[in-house]
Amino acid sequence: MAEIKFNVNGKPQAVNVSPAMPLLWVLRDTLGMTGTKFGCGMALCGACTVHLNGQAIRSCITPVSSIAGKNITTIEGLSPDSTHAVQRAWLENDVPQCGYCQSGQIMAAASLLAKKSKPSDADIDEVMKGNLCRCGTYQGIRAAIHRASEILTASNGAANKGGVA
Amino acid sequence: MNSVKKVNRRDFLKTGATGAAGLTLTFALPSRLAAQATGSVARLNGYVHIGADDSITFVSAKSEMGQGPLTSLSQILAEELECDWKKVRTEMAPVDPKLYGPLQGTFGSLSVRTSWQPLRAAGASAREMLVEAAAQKWGVNKSQCRAENGAVLNTSTNARLTYGSLAEAAAKLPVPTTPALKDPKQFRYIGKSLKRLDTPLKVNGTAVFGIDAKVPGMQFAVIAKCPVFGGKVASFDATKAKAVPGVKQVVPVSSGVAVVADNTWNAMEGRKALQIQWDEGPVAKWSSPGIRQMFADLVAKPGAVARKVGDADTALNAAAKKLDAVYEAPYLSHAPMEPMNCTAHVRADGCDVWAATQIQTAARQKAAQITGLPAEKVQIHTLFLGGGFGRRGGDDFIADAVEVSKAIGGPVKVTWSREDDMQHDLYRPASLTTFKGGLDAQGNPVSFMSRTACPSFAGMQNGVDRAAVEGIADLVYDVPNLQVEYHQGEPGIPTTYWRSVGYSQNTFFTESFIDEMAHAAGKDPFEFRRGLLAKTPRALAVLELAAEKAGWGKPLPAGRARGISLVNNIGSFNAQVAEVSLEKGKPRVHRVVCAVDCGEVINPAILEQQIQSGIVYGLSAALKGAITIDRGRVQQQNFNTYDPLRMDEMPVVEVHIVPSHAAPGGIGEASTPTAGPAVANALFALTGKRVRKLPIRPEDLA
Repeated sequence: MAEIKFNVNGKPQAVNVSPAMPLLWVLRDTLGMTGTKFGCGMALCGACTVHLNGQAIRSCITPVSSIAGKNITTIEGLSPDSTHAVQRAWLENDVPQCGYCQSGQIMAAASLLAKKSKPSDADIDEVMKGNLCRCGTYQGIRAAIHRASEILTASNGAANKGGVA
Repeated sequence: MNSVKKVNRRDFLKTGATGAAGLTLTFALPSRLAAQATGSVARLNGYVHIGADDSITFVSAKSEMGQGPLTSLSQILAEELECDWKKVRTEMAPVDPKLYGPLQGTFGSLSVRTSWQPLRAAGASAREMLVEAAAQKWGVNKSQCRAENGAVLNTSTNARLTYGSLAEAAAKLPVPTTPALKDPKQFRYIGKSLKRLDTPLKVNGTAVFGIDAKVPGMQFAVIAKCPVFGGKVASFDATKAKAVPGVKQVVPVSSGVAVVADNTWNAMEGRKALQIQWDEGPVAKWSSPGIRQMFADLVAKPGAVARKVGDADTALNAAAKKLDAVYEAPYLSHAPMEPMNCTAHVRADGCDVWAATQIQTAARQKAAQITGLPAEKVQIHTLFLGGGFGRRGGDDFIADAVEVSKAIGGPVKVTWSREDDMQHDLYRPASLTTFKGGLDAQGNPVSFMSRTACPSFAGMQNGVDRAAVEGIADLVYDVPNLQVEYHQGEPGIPTTYWRSVGYSQNTFFTESFIDEMAHAAGKDPFEFRRGLLAKTPRALAVLELAAEKAGWGKPLPAGRARGISLVNNIGSFNAQVAEVSLEKGKPRVHRVVCAVDCGEVINPAILEQQIQSGIVYGLSAALKGAITIDRGRVQQQNFNTYDPLRMDEMPVVEVHIVPSHAAPGGIGEASTPTAGPAVANALFALTGKRVRKLPIRPEDLA
């Protein structure tokens, strides 16, 4: 047991747990943030995806000791009001069915778009094949990622027009 | 038909009322925007509550596992209630056999089919009560009043009273016995692709699934279960497990040994340190090759006759051309994304259970049996289901949590790991079917015979489990002589319903063998089927629509081919055309075109989602899915060895709906059976290799 400090969604947290305990269970059981889901425990399904300093990681295999001092973003903190471009696209396209994998899908998609604002279908396959969905929402996810890309492009365009660039 | 049950007057509630465990009810209830009604709430019947703030609450007795009942059933109710869609929220119903029947649950693609009339009646009845209440308030005849978008209008004075202001008075009125239902031509919600009510909660982490239940003071547990089905604990030593930090208790339960800790991870670590001697029991003698041999031995002999038309034996003997084939399908796991779990709090005076369950009455019965409490003292709080597919009709995961809570005397959440979930599922049974077919000199089928060996998983009647032969015994094609036989082969692997049940394997068998007959007759597989459907026009229509939309018969790029399949299940019809190729010897599905007729459509967008979903589920099974048994144990453990379809394997799916005002059919399980045979038939067209065993393996195509 050791005290480990890190930030979740911009808020400092200190937990006193086994250093080997995966971040997933710290989020869910210790901090009560249940938006991040348990699916496999072996980084095979992507349901537990969160961002570590902006990068998508699988929290189910990430020892909490390894994120000491770092910034974690979960689905609860992606935006304060479901207005992140990916969430907006997901809402527009009614992507989720059962919804259980969708936190992970959304976090993976947001990380993809942060790196590549106009991903091709091949780019989407490459990143999103790590996130399983047993309801088979893949077609909706693909369409929504392309839509989120449009939303981002439009908002960047608007921002650029208003800015000094 | 249109009867509506009245709820007890004492059921007038103020919101924020507390449940037996002192928790607000809304904790357990996935509501539209997680918002509560303010002020008093009147219950007009078992399905609709109206708040003084004009909120309309649809009380759903159907679990939400992705198939969309919270939205589509709300549409049916709102249509007849004539309310404002924007005011509709949802709650999950408590168990109440008086209101929701003796088997309260969500299975068999029945939600719309069984709710269609009751919900229309409930909406219409509530509307008439609100109109009557307004008429009484104004002192006018109710013929002078009309319901309109959440209010009652006085047509003489143009005065309006909102439903919220009338609800309390309306709830005191007698329930109309035969409320007038709308003419479908006037539908404004039914048939519209309204947005799903649950989406907002599912994009920001606020949807509460079974596994997300939080109860003050709750502990976390996992259970070590015997790897062999039916095995028992012979002895165990908890010393090392108890030494793991965070582990509080180790308690034996009927399914194994539970490790209780301050969080799930510590419970899992404790379980690793547990030392258990198992008494493996008789199932340990079974492995997959032996199960297959047992099936093969059974089908060598005549079985119980499930269906007989004409004289198939004689017709086969007289046939100009004869075919025979052996088809096989493996056990399958449901593998919903949310592993099994349950939270329970057993007390001397009652028991609360928070669960993602498909059958609330079974969950309650199991908890009552374990606790010795009367069923009325058990509250089942239904949370969102992270996939169901038939798995969550089981009560095994409910029993786990109730037993552990009873043993430790406090609230506990029991979580199954993915390995627990995959190795202790209730499986889609393995099956083996032999076919014999006869064609006359013109290539018309004159005889169709089958013999199936499969465990019984839905109950035996006259030597036959109907579920084990559905998809064969109800052959949609018109063949004059038919004989379908069944043998129960029972190795003791637990089995249950798996999305589309017997059709999940039998439609693959039948649609592949019919394809074999078409090729043997020298006929186009689409034309051959078409010629056998004159008596089933709805089947013919979906077959023709799928073929047309897929461009059946039109040229394809080199290396691609199409296959077709058809099913009539769950009161609906669908046909699929798959377009495939081989990539490095592996089958690749590029496109699936599905035409579906499920009668009256409540929400076309949800229907389309469900068709896509069922196809992905069927493709996962056809291309990748197998649970194999080694000495009574499941060999697969996680998604690395039981890997469902992924994004990069997803074909383009097109859905075409046949417009209809026929009574609604089911949709959740409609498209799963047809996906596999469409692909296998396309692979035959491409390679000349007939796949008769699932999953499809590259070596079977080489």
